[in-house]
Formats: sequence, structure tokens, C-alpha cells
Amino acid sequence: MALLELEGVDAFYGRIQALRGVTIKVERGEVVALIGSNGAGKTTTLRTISGLMHPNSGTVTFDGQDITRTRPSRIVELGISQSPEGRRLFPRMSVLDNLFMGAYSRNDKPGITSDMARVFQLFPRLQERRTQIAGTLSGGEQQMLAMGRALMAKPKVLMLDEPSLGLAPILQETIFSIVREINAQGTTVMLVEQNANKALEVANRGYVLESGVIVQTGSGRELLASEEVQKAYLGM
Amino acid sequence: MSLPDYGFYILCGTAVILLAAQAVTHPTQFFQVFIFGLTQGAIYALVALGYTMVYGIIELINFAHGDVFTLGAYIGTTLLGFFAITEGTFTAINLIALIIVFPVVMLIMGGINITIERVAYRPLRNAPRLAPLITAIGMSFFLEGVMFLWRGPATVHFPDILPTQSWYVAGVFFGVRDIFVVVVGAVLVSLLAVFINQTKLGKAMRATAQDRDAAQLMGIDINRTIAATFFIGALLAGAGGIIWGLYYNTIYYQLGFRSGLIAFTAAVFGGIGNIPGAAIGGLVIGLTAAFSDSYIGSKWTQVVIFGILIGVLVFRPTGLLGMRVPEK
Repeated sequence: MALLELEGVDAFYGRIQALRGVTIKVERGEVVALIGSNGAGKTTTLRTISGLMHPNSGTVTFDGQDITRTRPSRIVELGISQSPEGRRLFPRMSVLDNLFMGAYSRNDKPGITSDMARVFQLFPRLQERRTQIAGTLSGGEQQMLAMGRALMAKPKVLMLDEPSLGLAPILQETIFSIVREINAQGTTVMLVEQNANKALEVANRGYVLESGVIVQTGSGRELLASEEVQKAYLGM
Repeated sequence: MSLPDYGFYILCGTAVILLAAQAVTHPTQFFQVFIFGLTQGAIYALVALGYTMVYGIIELINFAHGDVFTLGAYIGTTLLGFFAITEGTFTAINLIALIIVFPVVMLIMGGINITIERVAYRPLRNAPRLAPLITAIGMSFFLEGVMFLWRGPATVHFPDILPTQSWYVAGVFFGVRDIFVVVVGAVLVSLLAVFINQTKLGKAMRATAQDRDAAQLMGIDINRTIAATFFIGALLAGAGGIIWGLYYNTIYYQLGFRSGLIAFTAAVFGGIGNIPGAAIGGLVIGLTAAFSDSYIGSKWTQVVIFGILIGVLVFRPTGLLGMRVPEK
């Protein structure tokens, strides 16, 4: 059984349907990419998983447990955390406090301390800036902090929404190599990206979302080679 | 810096210079007024904090907050009635009564304010911004109505149980009650600062205020942090109500309307949503009221205070401190 599973999910913003029968499976240890253009429903998918919105029909299952209507704080406790689109840091709090907020659902002090060390090892830059106010960090540092903060929840599934958006190419490389590293350390990753090329290189499998519908799925390599994907998302 | 900013600084600067001139030419009167302003300011600061914390977390001007403050004073005077207190002097029983009544009233007000949030604001969490504003005004009238029916339209006596010692220092008169008000105010504001900055729940409240969705993604239960905000705001307002009663010995059911608006002005002056701003704003507005009372005339004081409110809203809506860090 898959670790995280969406089954026929329909979701609405008011009367506008954002997701139509979305079915996604994420197996333990995988990196799964969700690609698609602006407004395709990628962020909505993540918001639905995190419980910030609830589907009108369909189910979300995590680790064998139905979390379709579970509240967001409980979903974090169960082991799904998210680095949201636009980073959404707490701009007037320090780097350290942002990281501590990431560990809000936990009470194991030693575990939090060792995960903090792990985050600083992945992002040495954050350690240098640990007392700085988050709103004053550069874009790349903010992205690192958003990912580090999500890792502090010690998630089984880490969801990253557009982690490379707005970053210089060299920083994008760094971010994607860190995604690989996080995955290699045992965390399952769900990666939402407009940068389909990079995302599919990192991902074991991918899903293509178009106007709220999954139109294609396959291994990262298959999708990279697929003509439709190349035309629509890779600019070839 | 823009033109309105210069206007703001020039106005503040002029006021400070005029006051400094008074301080030099008539120091005794100046410091006498200063002490009075400080005590009023301490009370306004306690109430302003509740306005600013609630605004910071759910962007609601909680118009019922001034009435929570008054209700604190009403419940305080009622509870003090159960003790064999002696007015006009200070006895051991007075001290015990104070030590018991203070936290009890604060907790009761905290409980009441949580209920208010649950009943009048939470159901409207996702409604247009105007809806909870209207229920806030309704809640304000409701609380005033309760106090009206409970103790009637006339002023209500609040027991005078503080020590009556007072001193003249260089011609300036001050009493134990002045020191009491300022010290209690300072201690409560310091405790709040520690709570907000050091504890997990305090940090979660700040996180919720800065980005509610992101806070939820961290696993923060925002219903809990919002309830905690109302609880703490009411602890401070309840304390403010008792202090007001102990200082002036007279309360009435509409007290919260006027002093609530003045405390709200203090919160706006400091930068609505900004916690240190509300504390500073409270002191500044208290001092302004006292100086206006004695240098301009007390009939002008409300004009001055609400003139400041309008001026800040028009020319510097972020207030004195505003948001100190740019948001990217």
C-alpha cells in the first residue's frame, strides 16, 4: 500500500472546480514530481493533502489512515509537512524561531536538537544567519529556511511547492541537490514544480496536471522523453 | 521618507519642545502632571495591548474590549465586597483581598473573553471583515447592558483599599497608589513580553499573527492560539479595570466606551498589531491626556486625543513603530 494516496479527489474554490478526480500514489522513499503550468491545480493538491482545504469528493489516505477531513495540525503530527508556495516564512521572527515553529508539533527535545543540527548541516548558510530576522534574508536563504522549517517537523513525506521559483540557476542546482540528499536520508518527497526539466531529473516518478486533471504519469525518465511533456513544459 | 512622515515628526517634535519648555520654566507643575499622565498611561497601555494583540492575530478591532476592561472593574468591586476590607487605610485583610481578587478577576475576564470569541467572532472567521466588526459593536452594547442591569445607570463605588501614604519630593506630590499603578502595569507588560517572545505558545501566537496558513502548516492549532490571544488580552484588561477602580474609586457602566476608544487610539498610535507599540502608545496617550488637561484645558482633551487618532490614521497608518521589518 502506498504511503500517501489521493483517490478521485475533486476540490473547489467556491464554484470553480480546481481538481477533477485527481489520483496520485506516493510510495515510501520515492521522489514524486507533480508538474503542470500555472493554475493547473498543483498548489491546490498540496493544500488538500495538508488539510487546509477539504475535497468535495474522493479520499486522501496516509499510512493506511483516512485523512480526508483531518485538521491540518493533526496531519503535521501524523508526518506530512509542507514548504509552501511563496515560502510563507514568519517574516518578523528569527531564523531559529522559524525553525522551532517547524517543530511545533513535536515535544522530543533531543530529537528537535538533532534535527536542527541536520538542517544546519544541509543548509550551513542558515546556521550563519540563525539570529537574523527571516524577512531580511535573501530569496535563496528564504527558500532554504522554508525547506529547513518543513524538515523540522520530521516528516515522513516532505512536500515542496515550487522550491526553485525565482532563484538564480546556480541556486536552483543547490536546491535540487539538497532535495536528493534529503531523499537519500530517508524522507519521501513530493515535489511541485513549474521547472519540469529539473523536477523530472530528480524524481522517480511524475504526474502531469492540466486544468485540474492528471493527464499523464510515468517514471521521471519516461516523462522527460515524452513528446507531449517536451512540447508543453520543456519548451522543446 | 514621505511628506506625511515629516509632518508626523514635526508635530511630535513641536509637542516635545513645548513640553520641554514647560518642564524648564515650571518644573514642579510639569512633573506633577507627568506623574498623573504616567499612571493613566499605564492603564491605557494594559487595555491597548488587548486591542493590538487581537488585531494582530485576526485583524479585528474588538470594540467590546473596553467593556471587558469595565466588566473587570465591576466584578472586582463585587468580589472585594466579600472581604472584611477597611477603606481609607491599609490592613492585612485589604492586602489578602487584593492578592486574591486580582488574579481571580483576571482569570474570570480571560474566560469571558474566550467565550466572546467563540460565540461572536469564530463563527464569522471567514465572513467579510465587516461582519465580526458589527458583532464586536453588538457585544460591546451587550456587555454594557449587562452592567447597566446589574448595577444600574449610576456610578458604582470601588473600594479605596490601597495604602494612603504620600510624599512631596521637590514640591511634587505622589502617593503609594501612583507607584502601585505604574509598577503593576510595568510588571504585567514585562510578563507579557517574556511570554510572547520566549514561550512556545507565545511564539505560536506571533506566528499565527504573521501568517495564519503557514502557522497551520507548522501544526499550530490556530483556534487555540486565537483563543489564547483573547484570554491574555482579557487578563490585562481585567487587571487594568481593577487598577482603574483602585485608583479612581469610581466606575460606571459606560466607562469602557470612552477609555476603550482612548486605549484604541494608543494602539493605533503605536502601530496597530505591534505589541511594544501599544505599550509605548498607552504611555504617550496617557501623558498627552494629562498634559492636555492641564495646559490646554480638560474640555479639549478628547479633541486632542481623537485628533491624534485621525491624524495617525490619515498620515501615518502604520503608527509610531509600525512594522519594523520589511516583508518580502
